[in-house]
Amino acid sequence: MEYSHLQRQAAYMKKSLFDQGYLNEQFYQLEELQDEDSPNFVEDMVTSCFRDSTRLLSNIEQVLEKCPPDFGKLDTYMHKFKGNTSSIGASRVMNECTQFRECCDEENIEGCLKSFQKMKREHAVLRQKLESYFQLLRQDGPVERAARASN
Amino acid sequence: MENPSRTEPFPVGLRVLVVDDDPTWLKILEKMLRKCSYDVTTCGLATVALSLLRERREKFDIVISDVNMPDMDGFKLLEQVGLEMDLPVIMMSVDGETSRVMKGVQHGACDYLLKPIRMKELRNIWQHVYRKKIHEVREIEGHDISEDMLQFRNCSEDFDDRQSSGGADLSSVRKRKDLDTSDQEVNDSAAVKKARVVWSVDLHQKFVNAVNQIGFDKVGPKKILDLMNVRGLTRENVASHLQKYRLYLSRLQKQHEGKNCGANMQSDFSPKAPQANFGLQNSTPVNQANTAGGYVPVGIHPTVPITQKFQAQNRTPVHVDNEKSTVALHIKDQKEAARPDISNSRKLNSTPLGGVLSFKSTATNVEYKPVEPSTSKHQNLTGGIPISQFMQYPKHDHEPYSLLEDYSHLPLSSQLHQTQREPTFTDYKSHNNKTIMPVTCTIDSVSVQVERGIVNPQEVNRSGSWLPPIREPSMKTDTDLISLPQDMPLCSLQNISCFENVGLNSMDIFQYDDSMSLTEFQSNWYEGLEFNTDYLYEPLEYPIIDDCLFA
Repeated sequence: MEYSHLQRQAAYMKKSLFDQGYLNEQFYQLEELQDEDSPNFVEDMVTSCFRDSTRLLSNIEQVLEKCPPDFGKLDTYMHKFKGNTSSIGASRVMNECTQFRECCDEENIEGCLKSFQKMKREHAVLRQKLESYFQLLRQDGPVERAARASN
Repeated sequence: MENPSRTEPFPVGLRVLVVDDDPTWLKILEKMLRKCSYDVTTCGLATVALSLLRERREKFDIVISDVNMPDMDGFKLLEQVGLEMDLPVIMMSVDGETSRVMKGVQHGACDYLLKPIRMKELRNIWQHVYRKKIHEVREIEGHDISEDMLQFRNCSEDFDDRQSSGGADLSSVRKRKDLDTSDQEVNDSAAVKKARVVWSVDLHQKFVNAVNQIGFDKVGPKKILDLMNVRGLTRENVASHLQKYRLYLSRLQKQHEGKNCGANMQSDFSPKAPQANFGLQNSTPVNQANTAGGYVPVGIHPTVPITQKFQAQNRTPVHVDNEKSTVALHIKDQKEAARPDISNSRKLNSTPLGGVLSFKSTATNVEYKPVEPSTSKHQNLTGGIPISQFMQYPKHDHEPYSLLEDYSHLPLSSQLHQTQREPTFTDYKSHNNKTIMPVTCTIDSVSVQVERGIVNPQEVNRSGSWLPPIREPSMKTDTDLISLPQDMPLCSLQNISCFENVGLNSMDIFQYDDSMSLTEFQSNWYEGLEFNTDYLYEPLEYPIIDDCLFA
């Protein structure tokens, strides 16, 4: 009972992540890649992604602290950041990236700052949600695969 | 990165090289490709990827690379790979702007994928490999194309084997008639991966002979083809080769004009040539090359060792050759300012090579013979005497490179070096009376290739002397990659030897400096390829040598 409860919880969580636009199709792709050889592939990728994206965010923050910021660098970092978050399908974060880049192109410092804050928020929220999700999955065990499949 | 299962049909086991600086994507792509039953090698740096490719040109079928790499512009990498290795390259990016995609296509990408990438998109990448193969097969007339295709499709053997056998069949049929000493190279080459025309020394010589016979102004692919009378060679093969040749010549021309070296060089160098040669021997060409600025490929270094060896044999020209090659390369390099790859490769290649470039200005033909204006194309050495020596054979350098391109996959086996070394020298001597002019012409054609190939020799040499870089952990790859460093030296040595020979040959020829006909030169040059292997085995000592070989 508890087993299926966890399973349901995880499934529900994932569904809401998708419904709210936190995740997109790419996340499914990752799930499909998970197999016996790499049983924790999705979580590994998410961890790897967040490790790099967090670092990039701090890089961007450093550049933004300068006045005026080096927009070229910002653009480069943002591009990398977007590419990085696209790997797990973090659609909300990616949307914010697009916004940020637009402000960057316009050299709109204030816009960049605002957008950056939003990005950071989305990034943090997603991270938290995914951590909870994986925790559930871990408790689920092999059932998680079935849960995914049913989704 | 090994050959795919022998029992699996294409495209199982397709050998893919994935280049991406994002570690997460690299893992994802690797996983996806593995699921498609492909043989995957990952790489986190473009420069490392290039070395990998150069080291093992025939070990990959396709390259997938991200556009934004930290160490090199993805488009440049794309260009380089397309030119040097002629592998299909797929670009990736999270940025899907039309202009970017267009740029990718312009630089030769056979596809442009947007991140996030789906596995089904990767599953179909084999079509690019297949398409290229078919295209190449069709280029070869006189062969049973359907047979080739069948071979390709029904490959029940190792993918490599299929390719080699298919390619070997074609090339061996093609080459047997044309190649003498080159035969071994071609047939031995396990790297003849595709059914494509390998412009061996002999073949190229025939080509040049035909061109000269027809008259450069009136030349046309059909005429050349008829004159060459090579079975299996198609008009398309000749046409593309002619185009390269023309580009090469024009490039030399521009370089020459730009450098103002040609004519002056001649007068300056001729008296010095012999002396210069010796001088060069002792001097560190590298230093001189430094002026050039890192046209690494030419590998001036080799000249040094070579000259030493030749000293006994009075092969001062060798120096010149090497220098020339270096110079030539350098010149090209300069010309090809637009070719960032080359410059990139230069920088990447190493400092020692940088010195080599100084030769750039050498006017290849000027010194020894009454080089015709065409020879003056080679830039004059801005440096001192040593440079001038090099000038003589700037073209020479180019040629080797072009050969390299073709031969990159050739076995360059030691047997070539060992057995052929001696004879080549003597052979070359007999060719002394050839005019240099022809050489220059060839260089032009070579230059095109050289430009591309510049990277190659460098890579090759580098492999020997650049093992460390390859071992960099930046490569997120399989164990295959890990084993590369060990493999590389061998590869590089082999490759280098090819280059070396070329350099040597040129030396011989130049000694006698008299009017060596282009064809003669070319053949000598090719023969020289075999000789140079000697020098290759000292990559660490004379890293440049490798490069110089082409010089």
